[in-house]
Amino acid sequence: MNPKRKSRLYLALFLLVAVAGTTAALMVAMEENINMFYPPDQVVDGTAPLERTIRAGGMVKDGSVSRDPESLQVEFTITDHMGSDFVVSFTGILPDLFREGQGIIVQGELDQQRKFMAREVLAKHDENYMPPELMDMVAESGNNAEAKSAAKATP
Amino acid sequence: MIAELGQLSLALAACLALTASAAGLFAHGPSTQLLRQSTVSMVVGQFVFAALAFTALVYSFVTDDFSVSYVATHSNSLLPLPYKISATWGGHEGSFLLWILIMTIWMLLLTLRRDNYPVRFFSRVLGTMSLMNLGFLCFAIFTSNPFERLIPMTPADGADLNPLLQDFGLIVHPPLLYAGYVGLAVPFSFAVAALLENRVDAAWARWSRPWTNFAWAFLTVGIALGSWWAYYELGWGGWWFWDPVENASFMPWLAATALIHSLAVTEKRGTFKSWTLLLAIAGFSLSLLGAFIVRSGVLTSVHAFAVDPERGMYILIFLGAVVGGSLTLYGLRAYGERADVGFKILSREFFMLINNVILVVSLAVVMWGTLAPIGYEAISGGRISIGVPFFNMFFVPLMLLLGLAVALVPVLNWKRTPWQSIKSTLTAALPVSALLGGIWWYTTDPKSAGVLAALIVALWIVATHLLDLVKRLRQSRSLPLAYVGMSLAHIGFAVSVIGIAITATQSVEEDVRMAPNDVTTLGVEEVRFLGVREVQGPNYVAQQGVFVVTNGSRTFELRPEKRRYLAGGNIMTEAGIDAGLFADTYISLGEPLDGGAWAVRLHYKPMVRWVWLGSLMFAFGGMLAVMDKRYRKLRTRRDVSIKAALGSGSAG
Repeated sequence: MNPKRKSRLYLALFLLVAVAGTTAALMVAMEENINMFYPPDQVVDGTAPLERTIRAGGMVKDGSVSRDPESLQVEFTITDHMGSDFVVSFTGILPDLFREGQGIIVQGELDQQRKFMAREVLAKHDENYMPPELMDMVAESGNNAEAKSAAKATP
Repeated sequence: MIAELGQLSLALAACLALTASAAGLFAHGPSTQLLRQSTVSMVVGQFVFAALAFTALVYSFVTDDFSVSYVATHSNSLLPLPYKISATWGGHEGSFLLWILIMTIWMLLLTLRRDNYPVRFFSRVLGTMSLMNLGFLCFAIFTSNPFERLIPMTPADGADLNPLLQDFGLIVHPPLLYAGYVGLAVPFSFAVAALLENRVDAAWARWSRPWTNFAWAFLTVGIALGSWWAYYELGWGGWWFWDPVENASFMPWLAATALIHSLAVTEKRGTFKSWTLLLAIAGFSLSLLGAFIVRSGVLTSVHAFAVDPERGMYILIFLGAVVGGSLTLYGLRAYGERADVGFKILSREFFMLINNVILVVSLAVVMWGTLAPIGYEAISGGRISIGVPFFNMFFVPLMLLLGLAVALVPVLNWKRTPWQSIKSTLTAALPVSALLGGIWWYTTDPKSAGVLAALIVALWIVATHLLDLVKRLRQSRSLPLAYVGMSLAHIGFAVSVIGIAITATQSVEEDVRMAPNDVTTLGVEEVRFLGVREVQGPNYVAQQGVFVVTNGSRTFELRPEKRRYLAGGNIMTEAGIDAGLFADTYISLGEPLDGGAWAVRLHYKPMVRWVWLGSLMFAFGGMLAVMDKRYRKLRTRRDVSIKAALGSGSAG
């Protein structure tokens, strides 16, 4: 084989391996690291899988936040104001904008009792910003005015 | 009145951008020289009017003109003056005006160097730049007018600037980041001009290189500043979250990094031409994609601007036109563009290729991870998010591979490298680096294979570059700035790798409940909580925690705050940080608990500063390379030849 062809061949092989490797790795990684989002009704009705990392979101139910006096463990209820509620347990520091009545997203796993063991709690980042996941929900649950004003308040 | 002047200026800038792009792109035949002259004036005009518009907006902020809607939503009479000025770019409309201003500044800089380039080629460059600027200006005027008035319902006071943005980081981060984003329009325009003029050659690569380096250096500093800001301001102690907005800036950076290397090959060896063109197009297109991601609200992100489908649609169409137009041109012209230049595996060319493949694969991973949630939603209607482990899983091996390639760079020649010159690196530098890396690794806890690999690779990079430097000095060969810049950037890469590996694995993070006078240990440190007191800021009141930290013989105090801003009632966490070259101690207040106790977040972060130190070395290296004599010589040589040919001082 002449040297030019040989280096071309190496090049082609190298590129092929790189592309194939990346694609395979992307597939595997996707399989393991996708976190699906579920609204409260799907958490309650069993659509959401148990013991897999997922995201869920809704409003923090008024008066539902209770803190363990000895540790940083906290429990609260997330609701969609349409009859679907679930309990979230979290240990750690809640974000600044975590408040009752506020829309939030939790990431973690549902345990066997369908209690949400959150590893992360994400709150709205500022007064005007709402995660799109929640915007849809607020809009669907009939609170259209609230969703619109949330969207509009930011120019 | 002032706001209306600003609006008028924007419209005039748009008119000039339109005429400049027409003149620049279609200048032909004997009229070219004249048209170039007028294009240059029209470019200067675009700068003048963009600057006027920007000044008008700053003026509206400084004078608290709350009848301007944008001012009313992003400022407040209590806001300290420096933040009133920086609030100008604290929201979507104003930040886009800054984007336009920076675009016109790049064009202005281009005109200062106009004598370096052939007349027609340069007209095409300015024409393309103006066309892009026209797209930006129309976007601002039709969808994001910062000068819109709230009349007659003028509010008495403004809604305040988001407290997270009331910070030094915000003053400097966006301008530098935008300088990088928009700066990528310059290599893009050079590529378009080269295609239009059918001169994709070594000279074109040489002209592009300084501009690419410049834009890349700004982008690097902008991203690093953003990361640093997130670290100290968001109160989570993290410095990179693989957030869509971060990814939006990282993608053009990866493309630009690949472009810098590919341009070097095109200039020196006249090969990789099509690839270089594609990277130049990709770099700017990814900047626009970033703008789309940040400004359309399609993605959930902690710092996306508000949701507005109309804006998203406009940027998407513009992006489509830019990508579609430039790729069509590429398809028409790059055809048959084949240079047969052979090279061996042990050559710079081949390692540049490896570098480019790794960077493009990294880019594909980031793009996939960023855009997959949108695709998934479009197809199935469900929502997903892609976790941090997805990105880390790819970046750890990819960056280590890249590091291996970087380590060999100093010993590689163009075309082919005799085995002899590589042998010394493998038999001396590598074992020594492995030994030192192993010893260092032995002191880490917990120990991970990734850290061992990272330390060895990083030390090897430093070793080969320093050895080469010593060799050059001993042979008293000259040290061109381009060489120094390259070495500095590569060593910066090693420094960043060390910082990332150590801080990612060796950090200690504790969320604890602390009552006054409680003591807790944090790694090697002992932290005592003295209590919380109330302090008054210019436009906020804060609960300030007082902590005394003891580390061996050193004792220092940290005062993290929980602030409540008076205007909007926003709560914000201000971390207390003891910054050190080898470790940071980072304390932030969570929430008050019963009986005077607080939830407290404590971090001990070894070598986190190295992440940013390395980035600064990147940027500084890139700038140094631009200062190299060979780029300046170009100008004097041309001047002389023009003088000789025309007998006049300046033909420009």
